[in-house]
Amino acid sequence: MKDIKIQVNDLSLYYGEKKALKEISMQIPANKVTALIGPSGCGKSTFLRCINRMNDLIPSVSITGEMLVEGVDIYDKNVDVVNIRKKIGMVFQKSNPFPKSIYENVAYGPRINGLKDKGQLDEIVETSLRQAAIWDELKDRLDDSALGLSGGQQQRLCIARTLAVSPDIILMDEPASALDPISTSKIEELVHELKEQYTIIIVTHNMQQAARTSDHTAFFYMGELIEMGKTNDIFTKPEKKQTEDYITGRFG
Amino acid sequence: MNKVISDLENSFFTSKKRNEDIKGKLVIGLTQIAVLLIIAILFIILGIIIYQGREKFSWEFISSFPTDGMTKGGIFPALIGTFILVVVMSIAAVPFGTITAIYLTEYARENSKFAAAVRFSIRTLAVVPSIIFGLFGLGFFIQFVGGGIDKTFNGGELHWGQPNIIWASLTMALLTLPVIIVSVEEALKTIPRELREASLALGATKWQTIRKVVFPGSISGIMTGTILAVSRGAGEVAPILFTGAAYYLATLPKSLSDQFMNLGYHVYIMSTQSSDVEKTMPIQFATTLVLLILTLSLNLVAVVIRSRIRRRAK
Repeated sequence: MKDIKIQVNDLSLYYGEKKALKEISMQIPANKVTALIGPSGCGKSTFLRCINRMNDLIPSVSITGEMLVEGVDIYDKNVDVVNIRKKIGMVFQKSNPFPKSIYENVAYGPRINGLKDKGQLDEIVETSLRQAAIWDELKDRLDDSALGLSGGQQQRLCIARTLAVSPDIILMDEPASALDPISTSKIEELVHELKEQYTIIIVTHNMQQAARTSDHTAFFYMGELIEMGKTNDIFTKPEKKQTEDYITGRFG
Repeated sequence: MNKVISDLENSFFTSKKRNEDIKGKLVIGLTQIAVLLIIAILFIILGIIIYQGREKFSWEFISSFPTDGMTKGGIFPALIGTFILVVVMSIAAVPFGTITAIYLTEYARENSKFAAAVRFSIRTLAVVPSIIFGLFGLGFFIQFVGGGIDKTFNGGELHWGQPNIIWASLTMALLTLPVIIVSVEEALKTIPRELREASLALGATKWQTIRKVVFPGSISGIMTGTILAVSRGAGEVAPILFTGAAYYLATLPKSLSDQFMNLGYHVYIMSTQSSDVEKTMPIQFATTLVLLILTLSLNLVAVVIRSRIRRRAK
């Protein structure tokens, strides 16, 4: 783990009085896929949402510790949350395209950044859709509503929309949990291709998916990071008993 | 002995059951009568208005001025006056109401005392009798604001400090504000959290998210609110009694500082101040019919749009 993208030091998160994340420390390598696994309510999604400060939206949340992205603590007072989110994209569990055209969905990010030039926008839309491996399916219907797409297409469109703001890091919160097996495998292939250029952190419920797609895996349980390591190691020779119990399906 | 008790119990239970049956039927019967009564009243009112108004009701009635001391002719100026009133009212109330609704749903924290105070004020505003708005309009807009303008800029000469379109419209805007706020709030709440998060996660600011995602999704709510407000404003008379409605005008208003005629007010004066109440009866009914058609169709449109919003929310 030479090239570290994100360094987390003693990060704790409270919902009011309740401590939902307990002193998480970890290193997330650049240009790799890191999977966060664990049973429901273990804090993996909450942790993911700490990385782009989506938890800011919940008034009762307070956070202690450090979240260093390229050495900068994103919870520092001087850091602009809007810039953080431009750099760290997020794909949600439920595909959430805007009720706009396919084109406008992808162009949304660049537009809010002030890009108006039609030629440049066209180019970004095309590259992003190509990167999300959905250009061929959609190129003739860019002006159609995104809501008319299938669930799998919507999710890849959402990935394209995230790519259009050219982030460094992409957070994925169970991106395939609502999709059929074919769409799921397309998303997984996509994750595999995208890691060349992006650092990807993916939350998943699906053990096989974590094993297939990720380079590193972190196992969360009851708000704690139990174990983190190379995916291969975690799945073949986990150090902790809890990890082993979980991945072999004995609980969770 | 045992048999006696069981007989007793039996008769006790059956008689009680029969009693409950009768009570139940009675209640159901009463509710049915109540419902029928309401429907009957509605149909009687509509029936009388349509029956009595149909003779006079015509294109000519709608498009011509009153004549012969308002005992003949049409209601054109009252219709135009009502139209101007609701347009100016909407221009004032819709942006104001929309902004308030956006504040309440998007910016106010859940436990904000200020937002709670605003909500309480809106609810109170919604139940204030409309005549109070009329008096407020007279005291605040005409005497204080209008009179103030005249004193400061016109050397005391009466120009703005008297009843006119602008003060009547603003008074009406206050009355209809709660309708707009509630409709817009309802529409804003149907925009799913996922869409706001999608926008924020792309690096949009809160304001950009509101402008580009939340607001476009709430346009139908703004429309419903506007239509309901217009329909309410078109039907109310009390707020404009002292603030701008005129008994009779030979010409249409030319500026916002002119007085205007109004459908509801027209019915009121025709039935109370007319030189010959009996003779103008058909005019009263036909005017009421016009007013009724206007407000009913506006409400119908609002109901249709609102049901679409609700379907989207599911």
